[in-house]
Amino acid sequence: MRLRPNKSLFIQVVLRTFVVVLWSLGTAIIAAPIAVAITPTNTNIFSPASTPAKSIYDLSLFVLGITGTIFVVVAGILAFIIFRFRERREDDAEPPQIYGSVQVELAWTVIPVLIVITLFLTTARIIYAIQDAPEPKAALDVTVVGHQFWWEFNYPKLGIHAVNEMHVPVSNSQTPTPTFMRLLSADVIHSFWVPQLSGKTDLVPNKVNELWIEPQQTGVYLGQCAQFCGVEHAKMLLRVYVDTPEDFAAWVKNQQQKAVRDETVAAGRHVFETQSCINCHTVAGTVATGRFGPDLTHLMSRDTLASGAMDNTKENLREWIRNPNTYKVGALMPAMQLSDEQLDQVTAYLLTLR
Amino acid sequence: MSATVAVAKMEPAWVLPSKGRVAMFCLIVGESAIFTIFVVAYIYNIGKSLYGPTPQVLSVPVFNTVCLLSSSLTIVLAEKAIEHGKIKRFALWWALTFVLGAIFLIGTGIEWHKLIYEDGLTISSNLFGTTYYSLVGLHASHVVVGLIALSTVLLFTLTGHVRREHAERLQVLALYWHFVDGVWVVVFTVVYIVGR
Amino acid sequence: MADSAYPISGPLERAPERWSQAAVLEWLNSWFVTVDHKKLGLLYMAYSIFFLLVAGAEAVVIRIQLIQPNMHVVSPQVFNRLFTMHGTTMVFLFGMTYIFGFANYMIPLMIGARDMAFPRLNAFSFWMTCFGGLLLYYSFIGGGGLYGDGNAPDVTWWAYAPLTERAFTRGHSIDYWALTLIITGFGTIGAAINVISTALCMRCKGMTLMRLPLFVWLSMVASGMALVTITPLTAAQIMLLIDRYLGGHFFDTQAGGSAIVWAHFFWIFGHPEVYVLVIPAWAIANEIIPVFSRKAMFGYPAMVAASVGVAFISLTVWAHHMFTIGMTSVGNAFFVLSTMIVGIPTGIKIFNWLATMWGGKIRFATPMLFCTAFVFQFLLAGLTGIMLSVAPWNWQLHNSYFVIAHFHYILVGAIAFNIFAAIYYWYPKVTGRLMSETLGKWHFWLFFIGFHLTFDIMHIPGLMGMPRSIYTYEANRGWGTLNLIVSIGGLIQAIAVLIFAVNLIRSYFKGEVAGNDPWDAWTLEWETPSPPPPYNFAKDPVVTSARPLWDIKHPDDPDWKYE
Repeated sequence: MRLRPNKSLFIQVVLRTFVVVLWSLGTAIIAAPIAVAITPTNTNIFSPASTPAKSIYDLSLFVLGITGTIFVVVAGILAFIIFRFRERREDDAEPPQIYGSVQVELAWTVIPVLIVITLFLTTARIIYAIQDAPEPKAALDVTVVGHQFWWEFNYPKLGIHAVNEMHVPVSNSQTPTPTFMRLLSADVIHSFWVPQLSGKTDLVPNKVNELWIEPQQTGVYLGQCAQFCGVEHAKMLLRVYVDTPEDFAAWVKNQQQKAVRDETVAAGRHVFETQSCINCHTVAGTVATGRFGPDLTHLMSRDTLASGAMDNTKENLREWIRNPNTYKVGALMPAMQLSDEQLDQVTAYLLTLR
Repeated sequence: MSATVAVAKMEPAWVLPSKGRVAMFCLIVGESAIFTIFVVAYIYNIGKSLYGPTPQVLSVPVFNTVCLLSSSLTIVLAEKAIEHGKIKRFALWWALTFVLGAIFLIGTGIEWHKLIYEDGLTISSNLFGTTYYSLVGLHASHVVVGLIALSTVLLFTLTGHVRREHAERLQVLALYWHFVDGVWVVVFTVVYIVGR
Repeated sequence: MADSAYPISGPLERAPERWSQAAVLEWLNSWFVTVDHKKLGLLYMAYSIFFLLVAGAEAVVIRIQLIQPNMHVVSPQVFNRLFTMHGTTMVFLFGMTYIFGFANYMIPLMIGARDMAFPRLNAFSFWMTCFGGLLLYYSFIGGGGLYGDGNAPDVTWWAYAPLTERAFTRGHSIDYWALTLIITGFGTIGAAINVISTALCMRCKGMTLMRLPLFVWLSMVASGMALVTITPLTAAQIMLLIDRYLGGHFFDTQAGGSAIVWAHFFWIFGHPEVYVLVIPAWAIANEIIPVFSRKAMFGYPAMVAASVGVAFISLTVWAHHMFTIGMTSVGNAFFVLSTMIVGIPTGIKIFNWLATMWGGKIRFATPMLFCTAFVFQFLLAGLTGIMLSVAPWNWQLHNSYFVIAHFHYILVGAIAFNIFAAIYYWYPKVTGRLMSETLGKWHFWLFFIGFHLTFDIMHIPGLMGMPRSIYTYEANRGWGTLNLIVSIGGLIQAIAVLIFAVNLIRSYFKGEVAGNDPWDAWTLEWETPSPPPPYNFAKDPVVTSARPLWDIKHPDDPDWKYE
């Protein structure tokens, strides 16, 4: 039988101090990020800003309460065992052998069953509340189409084709105006996830999924694709702008217009329409009616380019057209091999598309 | 130094299951899982083809099925024969099993020839073709493996190497053949009865 | 046809003469043609440790790329290949191979048998698996296809369709992945059949099923599960290859096929698979915890029943990986319930381990340190599993770093910790020498600290909205510091594993001689010399209880009085 070497009192004190220090450090390391985590940030699931996200948050607190209690009890028993029943040097006899107990086994089967029943019923209620929520008349309808690697937002009743940045009106309890989305995919499976607004739902080709949000506060909410969809999955970002009803109406009005026709950039428009840009892109009111790539009619109404990959600035736009690989290796837009002069002209043209 | 038994009463005989049977049973469980997935895929996709030939082009392979299912009977007769040491009778029934299985395969081939050349149903023609050929083909591949095993045994029998003491091993092999037939019952029902 | 002289000589044998070239070649050849379960077990284990290091290196590169936002350590394509290969390698080439290798080595010794039921099938299974793994890594060289696409697979280890169809993944990377899994699948099925046949048909006299060591019981359960788990994956891979090469339409959504069907088939494999991986970890704990607590396992029949229960229930929970894919509310609710139910027998096992330790005289040698940490970590992982089973919360947590933290808690915190425990515990039996306790404790504490630093913290970016499978992340999300801590923990774990590797090799030459039974244990393998001779037992043992050596050591208080 293996015997432990004699440990003097001094060494035992040192070791126990070391253990205490370790635990304190560990607790600090755990506590600090938790403090960070519960600070409201822009994608924190514990800062819900919309009804379904809030239901999930409330449910999660309930579950955390139950699992936390289980942890404290069971880990506490384990800690007690580790300290109370460790081998003492002097004692070589085997302890009493206990083979089992039917009552004990029954007890710790019945209690988990009760916990499961409680958890299940609570969970089922929230599943139905969110998934089977009826759509009110005032709800906004948006059809979301996932592409490799950008988002298309169509508002069928309003005749709008937005891209990458979705605008919705804020809702309030007197006149709820949630947004009900139909989720489609043009190629592979994607997933729409804006944590502060709702849980995620996948966009599956040849299937129509549904998701709804009901934002209670205005602001910009960030998210991104949450199902691996190819090389640039990491850069398929999302922005949801929750506007006041007035701002939303203004945005809608702008999006419904055809493209701005500015004659000073006619040279650029000519480059755009004679290079193969129009095969993929749409600019409403012109000959460009391509559907493979994003609609550019209101390109400059967006804050970012390439589904959030970079800010919407003149330099970024020019460089993107020159070589998309600078920002998104694997983006499906090819480098168009334009000359510097053509690049300047096309950029100037696109900058007018507000 | 082994543990000594300190009990005085008579020990019952220590009998363990035959490892050949246990192994074949495990293999059958695993294979059943594969077939289940292909059957589920088939059933899920019934009616989902957007274009191309429909299950109406299938004709129920009654003769083939009768042959294959009878081969289960003949193999049982072969097993009984070898248990009693009647090698010649065993060879007869075993050969008949092989022949019936071969007829099934040839019949399947003829059926497929018609489907491909007359009806235009191939594995790539449409979703129905994919699910049909993969399911029936998976079964047919297992028939092929079975026939190879059967013919090997037949060869050994005809060269005089098979004796009564091999009866148990042959029963294990026969289990596989029964499994193949059992799968055909399921495939037949799903493809030719439910799916049409 | 005996195997040639056993290469791992006991420390008491006289030193070998200088080996001639012919002797070396013969020694090498003996490893290639062996059918001895001990040698094959060692081959499996060496193979798995090699791939543990490879996949671990992949993980280190991943963590370096993610240590801060917008790093450019590797390109997006390479990163996507790294995490795909990391997952595939760890599950199939480390996890599955270690489990079956270890079972192959131990089971005949524990049941008093000479070898496995089918020694040649054993060899066949190993070499199939070995070839499959090499095929997967060959994809780095041979996977190139049109447009420069290809190379190693880069579609995540669950490879959802239609991303894997020809249209979206040109080149041959996916084909290597599919073929590897089919081939290693054959190896696994062969090994599983062997384990079950051996445990049922080769037991020594007196060893009824309720006297089987729990390690053997659970290996049997895991193997039975493997039979119905790996085969759906094989079926799905065949369907994928039919789609890619024969123009099939299983997952072709333009022809009416379904992307969701792949997800269902994959997770019908994928969920029970994680139980196939964790049940042998429980099996190891079931052997080590009683010995180091100096008590019989509390509730042996309950442990068997719970393990079998988990095996069956786990076949009904798979779609909890798919709560977001758009199932109906009824479908979601069903899988919530089945997932929560599978937690009940799992919890029972934890309670039984605690009850075994309760009232014992616990010796915290290195194996027990790892097993105790395992119980703690398994508890936490089970609780985060319950959180994930709550479908609405899952709609937030799915595909986030919370999920990665949860399953690494099981894969590393439960499975790897138990594998380390097993190595420290049975190394003396396999080699005849004990591993260094000092180095073992360094290994344990560094690994424990690194593990918790990484995987405790990793839950938090998930809660803060960080999805998985991303090669970088935006600076404005606030995930940078957390990822930094996670990566540092990873490096600490790497150092700990290096210490382990040093211990492993050094102890072979310098370790203390172990004798038959260094831990004062109770199952049959501790009766043989260390290392065991090729025939295992000179005389067939006869047993009278689940702890044969306890009965010998305590003739006044044998187990069979209480069974």
